[in-house]
Amino acid sequence: MTTDHHHGTPPAPVERRAVALEELLVEQGLISHEDIDAVQQEYETQLGPMHGARVVARAWVDPSYRERLLANGTRAVHELGIEGPEIEHLVVVANSPEVHHVVVCTLCSCYPWGVLGLPPNWYKDPPYRARVVREPRVLLAEMGCPLEESVEIQVWDSSADCRYLVLPERPAGTDGLSEEALAGLVTRDSMVGVEVL
Amino acid sequence: MTLDLDGASAPPRRNGELAFDAPWQYRVFGLAAGVVERRFDDDWAPFRRCLKDAIADRPQRPYWDSWTAALEELVVGTGLLGPDAVSRRIAD
Repeated sequence: MTTDHHHGTPPAPVERRAVALEELLVEQGLISHEDIDAVQQEYETQLGPMHGARVVARAWVDPSYRERLLANGTRAVHELGIEGPEIEHLVVVANSPEVHHVVVCTLCSCYPWGVLGLPPNWYKDPPYRARVVREPRVLLAEMGCPLEESVEIQVWDSSADCRYLVLPERPAGTDGLSEEALAGLVTRDSMVGVEVL
Repeated sequence: MTLDLDGASAPPRRNGELAFDAPWQYRVFGLAAGVVERRFDDDWAPFRRCLKDAIADRPQRPYWDSWTAALEELVVGTGLLGPDAVSRRIAD
């Protein structure tokens, strides 16, 4: 075994596989390095939770939009010009004082990219995927989102066919804020359901 | 148990959220997204099936390792690369 303290540890086998995959696909003319750069750029600049935040803020200020959003999430986000991947079948679930919603993908990492961007690491980790189903109240408390015993927790399991977005409750004391300012209050975690605003 | 809420500080961050632990993970994400866009007409379904299988196959494996395995399965399974191409390249 060789160690090189000046250059860090050698790449892990999986990293070498990833590099080999890219080399081979490029050599075969199936994709170019520039294609990959362009795709990364696209995901970096055009996707993110800011789109979901805009949807939530609109629903807070416009009751008829809220109704349309809860009736057909995909159509309502398209109404705001939000297209993006992985929101072809978007279901929006609204929190209330009685019910708190939280989203998971127990099988892999299905997530509504078009409104939330790419999923964070913890969403993809086995502990979150297993525990949010088994003991959601305990897990949410550990994640900094303690809920009263009286609040019912509903867990939504995403799938290839259906993605979920949580509509958090509007925080108190925000009556005077503009829609844009309200959007600035909405976090990704609140739209996954692991935070209360 | 850690949920890695704060995670490592490796780039890239996207709107303050960390999606990757290391640059190679970001690259293999982009590679898969590029392959799906260019070779599968932007249809993620075939890749998603491979990813689900890769995770079910070894549930405790790190996520981006499963992602890489899924991409290899996709391109080999659809004949874009030969079955041993990646292993042969690594052995070179």
